[in-house]
Formats: sequence, structure tokens, C-alpha cells
Amino acid sequence: MRGQGIWLRGISGFGMAFLYLPIIVLVVFSFNASRLSATWQGFSWHWYGVLWHDEALLAAAANSLWVAALSTSLVVLLGVPAAMGLERLRGRGRQALDTIFLLPLVLPEVMMGVALLLFFVMIQWPLSLATVVVGHAAFNLPVVIVMVRARLQKLDPRLEEAASDLGASAWQTFYRVTWPLVRPAVLGAALLAFTVSLDDFIVTFFVAGPGATTLPLRVYSMIKSGLSPEINALSSVLVLASMGLVGLSFVFQRR
Amino acid sequence: MNPWSSSKETEAGLDSRFRGWRLLGPGLLWTTVFCLLPMAVVLAVSLATRGTYGGVLWEFSLDNYRDLLHPLYGRIFGQSLLLAGVTTGICLALGFPLAYYIARLPPRRQALWLIFIMIPFWTNFLVRTYAWIFILRTEGLLNTVLMQLHLISTPLDLLYSNQAVLLGLVYGYLPFMVLPLYAAIERIDPALIEAAWDLYADRWSLFRRVLIPLTKPGIIAGCVLVFIPSLGAYLTPDLLGGARSMMIGNLIQHEYLVARDWPLGSALSILLMLIVMSSLLWYFTAQVPQTRERGEQ
Repeated sequence: MRGQGIWLRGISGFGMAFLYLPIIVLVVFSFNASRLSATWQGFSWHWYGVLWHDEALLAAAANSLWVAALSTSLVVLLGVPAAMGLERLRGRGRQALDTIFLLPLVLPEVMMGVALLLFFVMIQWPLSLATVVVGHAAFNLPVVIVMVRARLQKLDPRLEEAASDLGASAWQTFYRVTWPLVRPAVLGAALLAFTVSLDDFIVTFFVAGPGATTLPLRVYSMIKSGLSPEINALSSVLVLASMGLVGLSFVFQRR
Repeated sequence: MNPWSSSKETEAGLDSRFRGWRLLGPGLLWTTVFCLLPMAVVLAVSLATRGTYGGVLWEFSLDNYRDLLHPLYGRIFGQSLLLAGVTTGICLALGFPLAYYIARLPPRRQALWLIFIMIPFWTNFLVRTYAWIFILRTEGLLNTVLMQLHLISTPLDLLYSNQAVLLGLVYGYLPFMVLPLYAAIERIDPALIEAAWDLYADRWSLFRRVLIPLTKPGIIAGCVLVFIPSLGAYLTPDLLGGARSMMIGNLIQHEYLVARDWPLGSALSILLMLIVMSSLLWYFTAQVPQTRERGEQ
């Protein structure tokens, strides 16, 4: 096995470098003073200042945060009970429902986007930020269900039984026994759903109405209309934000 | 008042089942209305006819599916399948040694490496694709560096090609390959590998006759997880590809938003979904016997 060490380590190192170099390069060059973004001309915070004064961008960021907050609240309210309900079912019904609930996870995103677009047009619901919220809640629901169920499956069923044996009502059992135990998983799932919503481009691209610009839509149009180091700065902020959110989510799930 | 205290044996089961359905209700309704129903609409529209001004006429026919046989669409589907297939192959070739290396590290460092594999996966996909534009374009980082080193005199055309799309896809989906492979390799009993060495297996036969058979479910899982999103990719070919690098996702987007031919776009979506579903089906049929075998041992 030791003979494999060198080339295994080589390929693994290469794989990691491949994953990280582009991100690192992006962040480093966001501090570049030059307008010609690929030659280094000295350290500067300039492009972060530009970001901070870009009104359209800030409006898009505000939209993104609203959409993420609303769609996350929705999927938590729908997903936590659904996860608990699925755990109570047995047999074929559960299998069938599993498949239905997990469907959005395996559908190609483009398919999800066009399906929702067609649907909204057919029921004549004008495209807006509201349709974006609904779309995000549609693909994030399985995220919450999967993560909360993973936690529920690890719980000792005797805890809930003991609570009801001691005379707790169904609601009391949930509120005083089940909820404290699943809360970390729910928080973790909510943070992931929030991150996914914040990052989503494709579904948003299809179901956002005119004027309903989210941050990824704004980044996309910035990239399409010509590069500037401002995009590097924005990208660095987004990288940092997703890492922070995912890090927090891990912390909650560990508990 | 409390249903649990009286005649618990008979009622508790029914009651909990009833409550199960009540808890499921809102979520099920949501998924039905905003996922199943929209897909049913796509299916219905794929059987309808395009209106003169881009709307949908409810005259049912299979014409849209017949139109899919046009060589232009065939070329784009073929190219998408090829790009997704090659992406999967490269991810497997790169991901297997990486997963193997991680699985043989001490436990604490394993956790660290796994987190590092997952971080890019949670980083904005648009940003990660943009990073490659920044590196590969004509005035990009790579060309600048190569010119300053006097290795080339004129910038290379790296961006807007199928190769750039391939690079972007491998970059985007490598973590999907590494994670299931790691899970499969980590489960192998190290004694089996030592036994292979003791029996004078060389590296190739160790790989082919011990590692591959033992990690087959993980290999299949990784391949399906990379193949599906690669096949349906939209952003990568859109941003890194050239005029001839269109993939199915771009074609669907084009039919919907540019050509405004919703019925044809819907037929394309249904075809894409059928390919995705059949690869998933293959995945499940390949996984089930494997777990059963293990259960019997």
C-alpha cells in the first residue's frame, strides 16, 4: 500500500487544487486595483466600495434575502410535519409518498423551471417575486423533509411513548419531547434551504417576473454584459456568505 | 379526552396513522400543486400545438415528438449525452483515487477532507462558473500568465468551446462523485485489501478484482449523480460554451423563451425527463440486489 502513496497523494492533491484554485484566484483578484482584471496592480478595497454603492445590486440582494426567508419559512412549516407524518406511515403508502416528495430533488432544474413557468402562465398567476418564493419552496421542500427525517429515525420511539403513557396530549408530546430533539436538525435544514434559495439561478430565471431581480439573476446579467472586477468582489462576498451559512448548518446538526 | 389512555391497543395504531396523514396533508398538497401538476401541464402541452403567436392550441397530436427526430435536435441530444458521459468518466477517474485516498486517512483528517470536498458544492454555482471565465478568457488569467512567461505570443482561444464546457461540468460535479465513492470505499474491510496483497495481487488486479466489485453500488451512485445534472446542465454550456456547444437545457430554454414554441419545448423536457428517469431506474435496480447480497452474508 505504501507504494501507492506518491501517485495517490499526487492525484488527490491535484483534485483539491482543481476544486479550490479557481475560487482562490477569484477572491485574490477581487482585491486587485487594476481595471484590466487579470494583471495584478496592487491591493485595493476599491471594488468592494463599488459594490456597496451599486443600488441595483443592493436591491437585488434585498430581494434575494426576502425570497430566501419567505421560502425557507414555508418549507419548514410544510416540511417538518410532513417528515413526522412520513415516519408514522408504514408499507406501500410510505414508499409511494417518498417517491413523490423526493421528485423535485431528481428532476433536472431546467425541467422544474419550465414546468413552473408553464403552470403559472396557465393559472394566470403573474410572474413576480411571489412566484419565485413558491418555486423555491417547491424544490426546497424535499431538502427539509430528508434532513428532519434523518433525525427522527435516530430518535428512540420510547420517548414519545413514555410521554403519552404519562398522560401528555399529542401536542404536549410534540412540544415538550419531539421538538427539542429535532430542533437542531430543523435549524440545519432551514439554513441549507436558505442557502440553496439564495444561490438558485435556473428556477428563478424562469419564474421571476420583470423587475423581480434576485442576486444570482443580477450576477448573471453582469457576467453577460462584460466582466469587471466588481463581479470578483461580489463573488467573494457570495462565497463567504454560503460558507458561513453552511458552516452554521453543520454546527447545528452536530448538536 | 386523551385518546392514548383508553383502549390503547386498538386505537393507538389507527390514531397515529390518521395523524400521520393529517401531518402529511399540507406538504403533500404543496408538492402536488407545485410539482406534480406543473409536470402534468408540461406533458399536456407537449401533446398540444403551437399557436400562431406563440401560445398553446389544444389540438392534440404527437407532432412535437415527431419533430424531435429532426437531425438538429438529434445532434444536440447526442452532444449532450456525449458531454455528460465524458464528464462522468473524468469525474470517476479523478474521483476514485481521491475518494480512496480520503478513506484511508486517519478519521479526523477524513472529516476535514470531506468538508473541503463539500464546500465548493455549497458555493454558488454561478460564481464557480464565472471563476473559469475569469481564468480562461482571451484576456484571462491563464493567457496573461502564459504571455508574461513568454510561453505563448498570442492568447489561446480556451473559452467558448466544448472543452471549456467539459472542464466546467467536471469542476461543478466532481464532489457528487467523490462522496458516494468515499462512503463505499470506507466500508471495505482493510483485511480484504491486505489479503489481496498477501496473495501477490498487483495494483491493477487489486483495483479490478477487489475494489471495483466491492464498491460497485458507490460507483453507480456517483455516476448517476454526476450524469443527471450534467445532462440537464444549463449554466455551464451557456456561459463557457460557444455557439455550437448547446446542450439539451439550453435548447429547452431557447424553445420556451426565445422561439416561444412551448409545445416543442415541453416535448424536449419530457424526453430529457425520460432519460433521467431511466438512468435512475437503472441505479435502483443495480442497488437493490447488491444490498440483498450483503444482507444474506
